[in-house]
Amino acid sequence: MAHAYVPEIAVDREGNEHVVQGWQDDFYGGKLGFWLFMLTEVMMFGGMFLALAYYNTLHPQEFLEASASLNRLLGGTNTVILLVSALTMGLGLLKMRAGDVKGAKLMIWATILLAVIFLVIKGFEWTAEYDHGIFLMHGQMLPESTMAFGKKLFFGMYFTMTGLHGFHIIIGIGLMLWLLKRINANKVNPHHYILYFNIALYWDIVHLIWVFVFPYYYMIGAATGGTSGH
Amino acid sequence: MSKTYFDETHCAIGHPKSTFMQWMLTIDHKRIGIMYAAVMFTFFFVAVATAFLMRLELFAPGQQYIDGNTFNQAFTLHGVIMIFLFIVPGIPAIFGNIVMPLMIGAKDVSFPRLNWFTFWLYILGCIIAVSSLWVGNGFADTGWTFYAPYSINTNTNVIFTLVAAFILGMASILTGLNFLVTIHRLRAPGMTFFKMPLFVWGIYATAWIQLLATPVVGITLVLAIMEKYFGIGIFDPAKGGDPVLFEHLFWIYSHPAVYLMILPAFGIMSEIIPVFSRREIFGYRTIALSSASIAGIGYLVWGHHLYTSGMADIAKTVFSFLTFFVAIPTGIKFYDWIATMYKGKIVLATPMLWALGTIITFAIGGLTGVTIAMIGVDIHLQDTYYTVAHFHYAMLGGVVFLLFAGMHYWFPLVTGRMYNESHAKVAFYLNFIGFNLLWFPMFIAGYLGMPRRYFDYLPEFQIYHQASFVGAVIFITGLIYMFYVLIQGWRKGPKVGVNPWRATTLEWHLPSSPPPLENHSKVPYVDFDPYEYHHGEPVVKFDENMRRID
Repeated sequence: MAHAYVPEIAVDREGNEHVVQGWQDDFYGGKLGFWLFMLTEVMMFGGMFLALAYYNTLHPQEFLEASASLNRLLGGTNTVILLVSALTMGLGLLKMRAGDVKGAKLMIWATILLAVIFLVIKGFEWTAEYDHGIFLMHGQMLPESTMAFGKKLFFGMYFTMTGLHGFHIIIGIGLMLWLLKRINANKVNPHHYILYFNIALYWDIVHLIWVFVFPYYYMIGAATGGTSGH
Repeated sequence: MSKTYFDETHCAIGHPKSTFMQWMLTIDHKRIGIMYAAVMFTFFFVAVATAFLMRLELFAPGQQYIDGNTFNQAFTLHGVIMIFLFIVPGIPAIFGNIVMPLMIGAKDVSFPRLNWFTFWLYILGCIIAVSSLWVGNGFADTGWTFYAPYSINTNTNVIFTLVAAFILGMASILTGLNFLVTIHRLRAPGMTFFKMPLFVWGIYATAWIQLLATPVVGITLVLAIMEKYFGIGIFDPAKGGDPVLFEHLFWIYSHPAVYLMILPAFGIMSEIIPVFSRREIFGYRTIALSSASIAGIGYLVWGHHLYTSGMADIAKTVFSFLTFFVAIPTGIKFYDWIATMYKGKIVLATPMLWALGTIITFAIGGLTGVTIAMIGVDIHLQDTYYTVAHFHYAMLGGVVFLLFAGMHYWFPLVTGRMYNESHAKVAFYLNFIGFNLLWFPMFIAGYLGMPRRYFDYLPEFQIYHQASFVGAVIFITGLIYMFYVLIQGWRKGPKVGVNPWRATTLEWHLPSSPPPLENHSKVPYVDFDPYEYHHGEPVVKFDENMRRID
């Protein structure tokens, strides 16, 4: 490190010394801060799930039908991909803490690769839906279309939430590329890995949100019939 | 003469030579707080001017100076600036930044660079909010609440305001996050939660609200944008959506937000009252815990904004009941403050005057809030001037008055100088009289049926509007006078030492006035309560190394 931070000492009346926690080099502070930030993400997606659940109670049958028409094969594949990517990210962090920087970098690259595959599959899904006339401001989602209210709401929320989730994936890829750069500059190393820790935490939340998105959109209509496609 | 934080600073990027760039890039919490104050008070006066324009128009019935649409934009501009740019970030961003780290004996906040980034995020939000005055089809005319479906259908430039509110919300979240970590991690050794000054408790409770409630309004604004530009149907009855859902989501944030505004203000009150009563605060723990419980209960009361919007009767009853509950911890605080003053050696300096004035104005604001929390009464008073008067008594007469109290109280800490006491007192009386004359007639007008947000009215309401107008003139004169006195004090006031008020909390035990860049020369060990007075004298004393010498 360029200049090691030396914490101050406070002395009480009995002459005992107490280490003063400074803002520099505060691993737990950094961790706590990022946990709190993740809490805001949960509240944000929570608000959307609340709206979704409310409309589900208003239009239960139409929600099931709309959900049945989503592509569970692609959605399920993406779920597995994200779960595996959370594993690779976590393994990389373990490797970093164990001192295996090269292995950690490899794992981050694997995570980035999986994230890109996720986005590509998501792209195919959205394209197929667009071709079926279901997309924002398009086809059956237009105000003049006769598609049932409940379905319009379902797909409206679907594109909003999966879009926002996809946006988080893209941010995550950016963060991981930045992390690689920091590792190469030796700013993140087996002794100072708070940045890696927090990005891994971020990635966990991103995959955790998907774990809730997937059943609520893809699975609630599974029993209604139709395996994939529209 | 030792160097102060005006002479040197740490920067986010590099070490620029020019003073201007040092201010732009500074990560010092004290400088950032001062910059927040400068920007916020500029916007404050813009919003005051807008309000005065509306008062001018309302001086007589019929149209005089501006038409109805301009009036709608004027009250939206007033609301957006006052709420999102001024009063929500206000006390945390200014005094949370300047004073809170000093109070807990920290060298800075936990994430100083994030603090710098947050400030500029705030500035970006301000620019976007105000730029729609000139960009697009004019400023939003929806009111600051952006109720759907009107906000979805109006042709004015609502999107800029929504985006700005989202960005300002982000800044608010990051400020809250920074303060939470700071308070958890950087307290001086020995300072447990119940040894923290009460302002820190206020900031702490507020930070939780900022963190947990703001994302909900953020996503609500995003959904409104999605609705407006992509027609997803969520708030549009024509597509099966429910506009009342918008109101719910909006107030889930925006009601806790009023406690977010008042809690740090109550914190300032709890600092000023013991210092100027020369007595230990009465009921320290009850004040601290009432802050936490106001923050908690505040989450559960949003429905009282929706009594007339269509909600189940049982829900209305529950929300009404829960709303009464907020009055309990608030009442506890008031009795504690009054009990602190009892048999104290009260010093009627300007900060104390503002605090005492607030006890009167906020009591009126708070108690009228209880009346409109009642369902039956509220059906009559919803969207009348009564509600407007209640809100301004609570927010202006509560939060902003205490912000001014804090401004006078911490003035010598920030500047190292003292303002002119007698002029500052005159300014207070002008403000206090003008304020009451401005808002009190509105209670009566509202009770008699004067609706809010109307640019015209029946002739029988004229007397109330004219009284308000006179009050507005006195109030604005008082405001300008007050700022003039403070600015003169900063430029020419006599230099005072580090502890002119003989206060006990750590921010008054700095090595120099104004403080040096990295605050306390040595971090003290805190084995004492924040407000220890004995026979009107501070108990705890330190030597130059911040070791106790009593």
